[in-house]
Amino acid sequence: MSNPIPPTRISRADVAHLARLARLDVTEEEVDVFAGQLDVILGSVARVAEVAAADIAPTSHAVPLTNVVRPDVVVPSLPRAAILAGAPSVEDDKFRVPRILVDPA
Amino acid sequence: MTSGLREATGALTDLDAAAVAAAIADGQASAVEVTQAHLDRIAAIDGQLRAFLHVDAEGALAAAAAVDERHRAGEPLGPLAGVPLAMKDVVVTEGVPTTAGSKILQGWVPPYDATISARIKAAGVVMLGKTNMDEFAMGSSTENSAYFATRNPWDLDRIPGGSSGGSSAAVAAFEAPLAIGTDTGGSIRQPAAVTGIVGHKPTYGAVSRYGLIAFSSSLDQAGPLGRTVLDTALLHQVIAGHDPLDSTSIPQPGPDVVAAAREGARADLRGLRVGVVRELGGEGYQSGVLAAFDAAVEVLRGLGADVIEVSCPHFEYALAAYYLIAPSECSSNLARFDAVRYGLRVGDDGTRSLEEVMSATRKAGFGAEVKRRIMIGTYALSSGYYEAYYGQAQKVRTLIAGDFTSAFTRCDVLVSPTSPFVAFRVGERVADPMAMYVNDLCTLPASLAGTPAISVPCGLAADGSGDPTRLPVGLQVMAPALADDRCYRVAAAFEAARPEPTLPEPTLPEAAR
Repeated sequence: MSNPIPPTRISRADVAHLARLARLDVTEEEVDVFAGQLDVILGSVARVAEVAAADIAPTSHAVPLTNVVRPDVVVPSLPRAAILAGAPSVEDDKFRVPRILVDPA
Repeated sequence: MTSGLREATGALTDLDAAAVAAAIADGQASAVEVTQAHLDRIAAIDGQLRAFLHVDAEGALAAAAAVDERHRAGEPLGPLAGVPLAMKDVVVTEGVPTTAGSKILQGWVPPYDATISARIKAAGVVMLGKTNMDEFAMGSSTENSAYFATRNPWDLDRIPGGSSGGSSAAVAAFEAPLAIGTDTGGSIRQPAAVTGIVGHKPTYGAVSRYGLIAFSSSLDQAGPLGRTVLDTALLHQVIAGHDPLDSTSIPQPGPDVVAAAREGARADLRGLRVGVVRELGGEGYQSGVLAAFDAAVEVLRGLGADVIEVSCPHFEYALAAYYLIAPSECSSNLARFDAVRYGLRVGDDGTRSLEEVMSATRKAGFGAEVKRRIMIGTYALSSGYYEAYYGQAQKVRTLIAGDFTSAFTRCDVLVSPTSPFVAFRVGERVADPMAMYVNDLCTLPASLAGTPAISVPCGLAADGSGDPTRLPVGLQVMAPALADDRCYRVAAAFEAARPEPTLPEPTLPEAAR
């Protein structure tokens, strides 16, 4: 057997933690629903542990290509206005980002 | 001003893509007439079917007029010039709204074309609009669209498959003769199967992913849907080929799939070694599906193929491996929806931090299935769990690819049902994610191995619930990497020989037929 699978009881606290890592606000009801569903899904996919694969190389990708390069040629990029037209908020020809610093209290 | 064609063959919307192109090239119909006929049909029936998220009538008529202009000028036209197409909304299209079925991209208008979009335009193919899909291509029923559910033209109470369900429904209901779908775990093949049309997932890397909104980058592959094998091959030929803008694009020419489809339709299958995959059948499959599949295998045998049973022992772990790998990649890919560069932004009132705005935006913009998969992926990639989940799934992926390699030493192609089930009822499986995931049981191995596979209609079956409605079943033909032509050849031979009618008339839209 290969790696032992860790226990997969997904608690409400686990869901809240995962949601925070993934930058997803979740409601209390969602935490309840997701905890049950993630528990079932992860319990099911944990079946991969049944396969003896300790000496098997992992496959990340189906195409055996490495270090794909192209000639270093300068080509025009999209016009700035075309890119900014799709942004939710723009200021001075740039993406406007919400506050990133918190005032020291 | 129309032609005898309409009287002779019925509506222009009844024609397959090859016939439409021939009618335009022969001057029997103009591209504008053909496009207008399909737009009229969409206007008449899409209120019930709901295949389209966005119809670009103006753009379609302009593209058609340009084809007619070139025709009048005596310029040579490509084999699909003037043929209408439905585009899955995960493919970005310059100037035409693109949402991937998600609220987080509602209203976004891409500033550039995907390589597929550019190649379709260059071929004179007329894009009618963008089709509905499961949000970010995550689903097997199109019920995970943030906008609405699409219906199956065979029975409006049922799903059209997914995630390319808008594309499959549009083609099956004669709204368009061709469509583009994308397939990460079966999202072209399963919708094609349950709507009674043809769909092909090309070898990974055969069709450029540039401009596809990414779900799972090592699995995502775009491909064609059509009502005939030849039409599907004609579209494949237009979109395939190396693209320097996609570093995983295969840097060599692909096989001539159009020639393979034409030859297949004329030839038998003598000498072809066909492997029936033992692990893709039996328990958990609907009996009507298995009966249609068994009959299809007899048709192949009747064509002269040598049919043997093969075992691919790791295929039974494909579902588990896929539902670790795909969510892991999606949790990373969907991090780009950060409320800064495009799409939705929620709660930016000057007091909330970037992180708070991002979290509120993703809560409002993503649906439940997308959130589930992001969290599963986040879990599987967490330190401490990575090796046991994601790492182990990647090793299982190696073993599944090895099963194919070994089977292809004894067989030229492998066959299975495309899905264990016929189309189920809208709402029937939404509450249970695992009940939805098992739709992909037969299609996942080829996705994980990156090998090509086609679904071709192989009969009709009831779902076993007592409802007598007979619904389409698909035959999946799988080939080794780069041998997409084998899929088309076998599917075309089967299509020419199968006993059921090519495309039984969908029950919908008597009104507009």
